[in-house]
Amino acid sequence: MIECNDLSLVYPDGTQGLKNVNVQINKGEFVVIVGLSGAGKSTLIRSMNRLVQPTSGGLYIDGENALAHNASQLRKLRTKVGMIFQHHNLVKRHTVMKNVIAGRLGHTSTWKSVLNIYPNKDRALAYENLKRVSIEEKVHTRADQLSGGQQQRVSIARVLTQQPKVILADEPVASLDPPTSHQVMNYLKTINREDGITTIVNLHFIDMAMEYADRIIGMRAGEVVFDGPVAEVTERTFEDIYGRKIKDDDLRGGKTDYEPTEAITS
Amino acid sequence: MNQQKPSLPKAPGLVSQRKRTITIFIWVGVAALYLLSSIHTNASLLRFDGEFFSNVGRMIGQMWPPQMQYAPAIWPKLAETIQMAVLATALAAIFCIPLCLGAAENIANNKWIYNTMRTFLNVMRTIPELILAVLFVGLFGIGVFSGVLALFIFSLGILAKLMSETVEGIDKTQLEAIEASGGNKLQVIWYAVLPQILPQFASFSLYVFEINIRASVVLGFVGAGGIGLLIQQQINFLNYPAAMAVVMVIFFVVILIDFISNRIREALL
Repeated sequence: MIECNDLSLVYPDGTQGLKNVNVQINKGEFVVIVGLSGAGKSTLIRSMNRLVQPTSGGLYIDGENALAHNASQLRKLRTKVGMIFQHHNLVKRHTVMKNVIAGRLGHTSTWKSVLNIYPNKDRALAYENLKRVSIEEKVHTRADQLSGGQQQRVSIARVLTQQPKVILADEPVASLDPPTSHQVMNYLKTINREDGITTIVNLHFIDMAMEYADRIIGMRAGEVVFDGPVAEVTERTFEDIYGRKIKDDDLRGGKTDYEPTEAITS
Repeated sequence: MNQQKPSLPKAPGLVSQRKRTITIFIWVGVAALYLLSSIHTNASLLRFDGEFFSNVGRMIGQMWPPQMQYAPAIWPKLAETIQMAVLATALAAIFCIPLCLGAAENIANNKWIYNTMRTFLNVMRTIPELILAVLFVGLFGIGVFSGVLALFIFSLGILAKLMSETVEGIDKTQLEAIEASGGNKLQVIWYAVLPQILPQFASFSLYVFEINIRASVVLGFVGAGGIGLLIQQQINFLNYPAAMAVVMVIFFVVILIDFISNRIREALL
């Protein structure tokens, strides 16, 4: 599904973001990338939809050579690759529905999107996705009226409305409290299983990585230093990735036996 | 009785000696410039002498009481002034949108477009509205149209500058999200930039409207329409009480409009 061949990225200021990354991610996998901040997790994930530009190597997504794409091809590619951000990046002054329908922008002509003309099919899809993350009662609430966890759920609904083949999540729980973090990760895991969407999540909490990942990729200083199924991972592995002893800060904790269908208080 | 305390070694001052010397030089320099200008132009506080106060008394005697029965002649011109400000502000608000996006570094990622826009806006702002009015009166003749054009260009410069700075201060992550979901440039602007700048846009437009009302008073002096014409006429006829009546009307109308528009702007932000 995603193939990085010797992928490297040097930022304009000379910082080496990625160093010869070779990774192959298969369809339907739930991959968690771990590493300290500055290890290149974000750079790798943002390379995959070209929010940052790799400077050498190859990147193939769903068989397409993503680095050769021009602007309109890139736009098309991005409809297939959804992204969830740490600060959810909702348009604060828009309603929940308008934020979620923005997932259709890549499939909608410019003039129709400017006039807010969306077919019933698209609006039904958006509403359906709001229901999946149980936030449909907030459909016409302004995004800035929601709590952090609610906003992150709306951003999941927005990504789903894109109908992507891949979901990239860049530290999706870093600014949430422990119960809400598990809630959000549960949604991502459920979607991954039910829809078969390949999911790549950046995390720095090792307990969460162990709990939700099928496979873990460890990064340090722009390089992949570990890549294997979660069954092979031990505390020792994390110490190798982080290059130091594991601390309490590396754990999110607060595991609840919450299920996504339950009512949510966040 | 008081025992000599052991003397402390000299502690460092709050700023270095060098810095202190520089500061003194700057102050002396500024004071010298002030004095030089004051002597050359014969403009100083000494001019507020006995003669000044007797002049004030004479002027007030000539202007007071304002000739309020002149008021009915004022209303049509006052309406014209407000209409000019409305037209100029509305046009400026529309035309400022492409300009302010082009002059915002985070939206115009083409350096060439950005620098051209910036320079264009700077040039536009350096021309005073009165000069613009004289220019347009020369081109289109005496009348409201010339005044509207002058105000339009004048307020476009201010509004586009204020708005481009607002655009540069917006939250970039919202743009990133729309980009990541496959939106093109126009969709990014429509879905992520506009919602963030709309309140400031409305507020600045009202502010520019206030400025336009005041500016349009002056434009009448050069024949570009509006209430300024009346003031100029009455002064030429040496009819100071009538001129005073016009000034009073403008004064109250401007206060009223500023008050209303301030209230609206507070509600917006």
